[in-house]
Amino acid sequence: MKYLPSLSLTLRGRFRGGFTSKIMNNRINKLFQEKKEGILSVYFTAGYPELNDTRTIIEELVKNGVDLIEIGMPFSDPVADGPVIQQSSLVALQNGMSVKKLFEQLHNIRQSVDIPLILMGYLNPVIQYGVEAFCQKCNEIGIDGLIIPDLPPSVYEEDYKAIFEASNLHNIFLITPQTDDERLREIDEKSTGFIYMVSSNATTGAKTSVNQFQKEYFGRIRSKNLKNPRLIGFGISNAETFAEACQFASGAIIGSAFVKCLEGDGKLVQKISGFIHSIATKS
Amino acid sequence: MSYQVNEKGYYGEFGGAYIPEMMRPNIEELRTNYMRIINSYNFRQDYISLLKNYVGRPSPLYYAKRMSEHYQSHIYLKREDCNHTGSHKINNTIGQILLAKELGKTRIIAETGAGQHGLATATVCALMGMKCIVYMGAIDVERQAPNVKKMRMLGAEVVPVESGSKTLKDATNGAMRDWINNPVDTFYIIGSTMGPHPYPDMVARFQSVISEEIRWQLDEQAGREKPTRVVACVGGGSNAAGAFYHFIDDEDVELIGVEAAGKGVDTHETAATITKGTVGVLHSFRSYVLQDEDGQINEAYSISAGLDYPGIGPMHANLHKTDRAKYIWATDEEVLKAVMLLTQKEGIIPALESAHALAGLEKISLKPEDITVVNISGRGDKDMETYLNYLGY
Repeated sequence: MKYLPSLSLTLRGRFRGGFTSKIMNNRINKLFQEKKEGILSVYFTAGYPELNDTRTIIEELVKNGVDLIEIGMPFSDPVADGPVIQQSSLVALQNGMSVKKLFEQLHNIRQSVDIPLILMGYLNPVIQYGVEAFCQKCNEIGIDGLIIPDLPPSVYEEDYKAIFEASNLHNIFLITPQTDDERLREIDEKSTGFIYMVSSNATTGAKTSVNQFQKEYFGRIRSKNLKNPRLIGFGISNAETFAEACQFASGAIIGSAFVKCLEGDGKLVQKISGFIHSIATKS
Repeated sequence: MSYQVNEKGYYGEFGGAYIPEMMRPNIEELRTNYMRIINSYNFRQDYISLLKNYVGRPSPLYYAKRMSEHYQSHIYLKREDCNHTGSHKINNTIGQILLAKELGKTRIIAETGAGQHGLATATVCALMGMKCIVYMGAIDVERQAPNVKKMRMLGAEVVPVESGSKTLKDATNGAMRDWINNPVDTFYIIGSTMGPHPYPDMVARFQSVISEEIRWQLDEQAGREKPTRVVACVGGGSNAAGAFYHFIDDEDVELIGVEAAGKGVDTHETAATITKGTVGVLHSFRSYVLQDEDGQINEAYSISAGLDYPGIGPMHANLHKTDRAKYIWATDEEVLKAVMLLTQKEGIIPALESAHALAGLEKISLKPEDITVVNISGRGDKDMETYLNYLGY
């Protein structure tokens, strides 16, 4: 009996190609099959601190054992982001970063990098590049998924899903502490890859601890037995918050704290390895 | 053809709700409740009573005799500048704050460009005893100093936004981020017919009182409900939406929106979105946007802080696309001349925004028998410094 309510959803999903994903041999699926806990995902803004740091940052993150990388495509009006990523986006754009430039930088990246790569950014630059051309280019490079916060699930299903899937791209949806049970089930149903759990009612930005309210939310979601694995992001900044988030999900995403560590003097390579080691020691 | 929003929140191909998941609970709450609330008896009672006794509606429809002589045609002015707080913005903030109260919200946020919407929001917050935070681009804080002081006097916190172009676009980003960070107790009073569905439709409904009054006032004064045309300035598009609203389905009434061309549509210092923009998504809706080929949003420019916005409401985008309304533009220079003309012909000092509509008269062929209604969306008090500089006083 327990399975009856979701059975109809599953069947309908199958017929529409929603539940059984058409995405094959994607590195994101492989990662979550092989690693069930302590996944460390790192976000950085492409074009920051310098225009051509993109490859160095990716390769150093891989060298230091990061499991998944989210490459941020800077946008002039990042409404879901806090001050650190706003600032890095502004600098990146001033440095001359663009979608076209990023694709050039990522050319042949798969000759040296095996871990899943995700592009994260806002919808407008993708639309202006051309959604189909954008997805085909991602596929050509070997991008595994996209996170576009201002592309809601309903619009995605109607206008984008077929295009994304044709290029073997997962679209990663977000949930927040305000997401109710009905919406949670809907997003779990529509998701492939993983679910991005926004840790608090907030734009992106580093916090130093996980509070009781967040723990209750993390615990509530964990108890739902969702079909998709989850990564917790927004406000994860150090070994403590990372370790704590990992108790409630397959892993966590660090963005602002990492971007912040890249600013100022010193060698990029050392900053990156120093930061990743400071996170991974306690996990 | 319907020019109104459809059930999915689109006007033709424009509009929608491209919102991050963090904003969804609030937008859904509003979307599923706004029509029920604004059609309820209690809401209508409160709204109509406040518009009449607090705002001072109906605002006059004034036959501008000397302007009519000047243009050799009939010019009527819809006097939204006579409203409490000095512009049409209060029609909307009264509506939205009653709605916010009904939804149980206690904290109000708003974005503002010229400060007219911020002022109208701070005013209704004082009236209802609600906490008020107004986001305003740092450049606008400076160039609209009198309104900033008024907002603070009314008890509002004015937050200067230092990011991006430091104008209306960035003020809107600031307000959206605040809402993401405060999703439970806060209501976002958007000042124009922009943002995610249902805002464009809701704001247009609250402003539609303008054209509702024009119809009966014109009937009273000229013996006909419908003018030859209605002219209004367009930034986000709320005063034009209100002035057009009850004429949209009367295809024999010409609708003309005047955009801010800034230093000219062939320069980068312009805010003429329909003339110069391309289709994109900004601030959670799809419309014409000033942007580069990478999809980055360009900074808009206009002498008028209230029109200095690189997007335009989806209703106007659709009226343009379907050819139902015509959108023209006026430069800073043309606008200042229009300010002086109205001031000295009729004794009315208009806001810079509204003077765009007046400047539009120079570009329309006006026949002697035509009746043209120009929406004077606000008064010029806040722009006195600009005017005095222009005149060299």
